[in-house]
Amino acid sequence: MFRNQYDTDVTTWSPAGRLFQVEYAMEAVKQGSAAIGLRSKTHVVLGCVNKANSELSSHQKKIFKVDDHIGVAIAGLTADGRVLSRYMRSECINYSYTYESPLPVGRLVVQLADKAQVCTQRSWKRPYGVGLLVAGLDEKGAHLYYNCPSGNYFEYQAFAIGSRSQAAKTYLERRFENFSESTREDLIKDALMAIRETLQGETLKSSICTVAVVGAGEPFHILDQETVQKLIDSFEIAGTEEGPAAAPDSAAEGGSAAEGGAASEQGAPAGEGVAPMDI
Amino acid sequence: MTKQHPAWSPYDNNGGTCVAIAGADYCVTAADTRMSTGYSILSRDYSKIIKLADKCVMASSGFQADVKALQKLLAARHLIYQHQHNKQMSCPAMGQLLSNTLYYKRFFPYYSFNVLGGLDNEGKGCVYTYDAVGSYERVGYSSQGSGSTLIMPFLDNQLKSPSPLLLPAQDAVTPLSEAEAVDLVKTCFASATERDIYTANKLEIVVLNKDGIHREYMELRKD
Repeated sequence: MFRNQYDTDVTTWSPAGRLFQVEYAMEAVKQGSAAIGLRSKTHVVLGCVNKANSELSSHQKKIFKVDDHIGVAIAGLTADGRVLSRYMRSECINYSYTYESPLPVGRLVVQLADKAQVCTQRSWKRPYGVGLLVAGLDEKGAHLYYNCPSGNYFEYQAFAIGSRSQAAKTYLERRFENFSESTREDLIKDALMAIRETLQGETLKSSICTVAVVGAGEPFHILDQETVQKLIDSFEIAGTEEGPAAAPDSAAEGGSAAEGGAASEQGAPAGEGVAPMDI
Repeated sequence: MTKQHPAWSPYDNNGGTCVAIAGADYCVTAADTRMSTGYSILSRDYSKIIKLADKCVMASSGFQADVKALQKLLAARHLIYQHQHNKQMSCPAMGQLLSNTLYYKRFFPYYSFNVLGGLDNEGKGCVYTYDAVGSYERVGYSSQGSGSTLIMPFLDNQLKSPSPLLLPAQDAVTPLSEAEAVDLVKTCFASATERDIYTANKLEIVVLNKDGIHREYMELRKD
C-alpha cells in the first residue's frame, strides 16, 4: 500500500470511501503467522503455526481458551489478541454468572465486532491489529467465525489467516464440502495438513504448531505436543490418501489422551515449561 | 423508649449443620441435607456442599440464598484465577479468597457460616473455619451451623490434643484414618439429629484425597 494524505487518522475518509488505518490494521493480520480453523457438525478444530523469535525464546501463545465451549486463535498483534481474549473470557464468565448457561458464540462475536468498530470511529484510538478465529459450540451446533480489525465478522466452514494463509485456504477450498460430515480425527488431520501447506516445504513437527479442539461433549482444550506428534506421524506415513485406515487407530488413542487435558488450558506447546511471557 | 424493630429482615436462617475434619492425607467434609425456614421444612434433599476447586470443597450453613450467591462468586473468581495462572486454586489460596470476599460485605454480610475443606500444597488435609464476616483460621476440625453447639464439644473430646501442661503426660491425639474420620462424622450427625430439629434427613459426606473426590450419603432421622 502506498502512503497518501488520508491515512494519518482512523477518522479520516479517503475520497474513494476507504478508511486506510483500518485497512492497514488488516495488513497487520496478514503479517502475523498463520492460524487456521475448520468445523464439522459436531467439532471445531483450530490450528496455528508457532514461530519463536529466536531459538532462545519461547513460542508466542496464539490459541486461547475462552470458556469450556469457546476458543480463539489469533493472527497479528498478539498483545492485542491477548487483551481481546481477556475481554472474551470476562464476558463469558459474567454471562454464565447471570444466566447460568454458556454464552452463545454468535453473541460473543457480535460483542467483539462492536468493540472493534468503536476503535474505527474514535480519533484517540487505533484499531486492534489482530484477526480472531473464534471456534465454539452452542445449542445450534458447531461454529467458526472470523473477526476482523474492521469490526466485520463472518461465519466460515473453514478459514485461514496470517502469512501464507492462501496456501492453506486453497487446500481447504478443495475439501470443505466434506467437512460437515467429517469425524473428529479427520478434521484434526485436515487441520494439520492445512498448517503444513502454510509451511511451504518445511517439515511439520509438533514443536512448531499448536492444535486445539472443541466438540460436543468435549470442552475446548489444546492438544499436547505428544498427541500432535503422534497424529503428524500417523498421517505422514500414510501419505496423501483420504482417511487412511492407520490414522483413525492411532488418532483415536491420541484423542482419548487429549480428553484428559480438559482442566488445563495450556497443553504447553513449548514443552519445556511455559515462560511467564506466554500469559 | 423500647427499641424499634424492623418490619422486614433481608435475612432468613435455613438451618443445617456442617462439619469438616482434616487428616494426614485426606479431608472429610459433611453436611446434612435439610433446608428449613422457621418451623417448616423447605427441602429434605438440598446440598450445602460445593466443590470450588480440585482440592477444595466448601460447606455452608445459614441463609442459603446468600450461600448460593457466595458460591457463584467464588466459582467465577476461580475461573478467572485459572485463566491467569494456568492452574487450579490451592485450598489455602481459596481460603484467603473466601475471607476477603466475606469481609468485602462487612456492612451487609453474607449470612453464611462456612467451613472449607481440602488438601494443602503438600497434600495434607486442611480445614478452614469462618464466621460470617471473614474471620478465619486453619484448624484440624470444625463445625458450623445449628448443630455446631452439639457437635463441636464432642469433636473436641475426640480430637483435641491434650494440654502439654497436664500431668501425668498424656499421648498426643492419634491420627485418624480416613475410615475412622468418616465414621466419627456419621456419629456426630446421628447425635446432632436427635436434638437439633434443623439437622436431619440425610447426611452428605465428601472425602477429598490424592485419588480425587468421593461422595457418600447416609440416612438420618427424618423427624
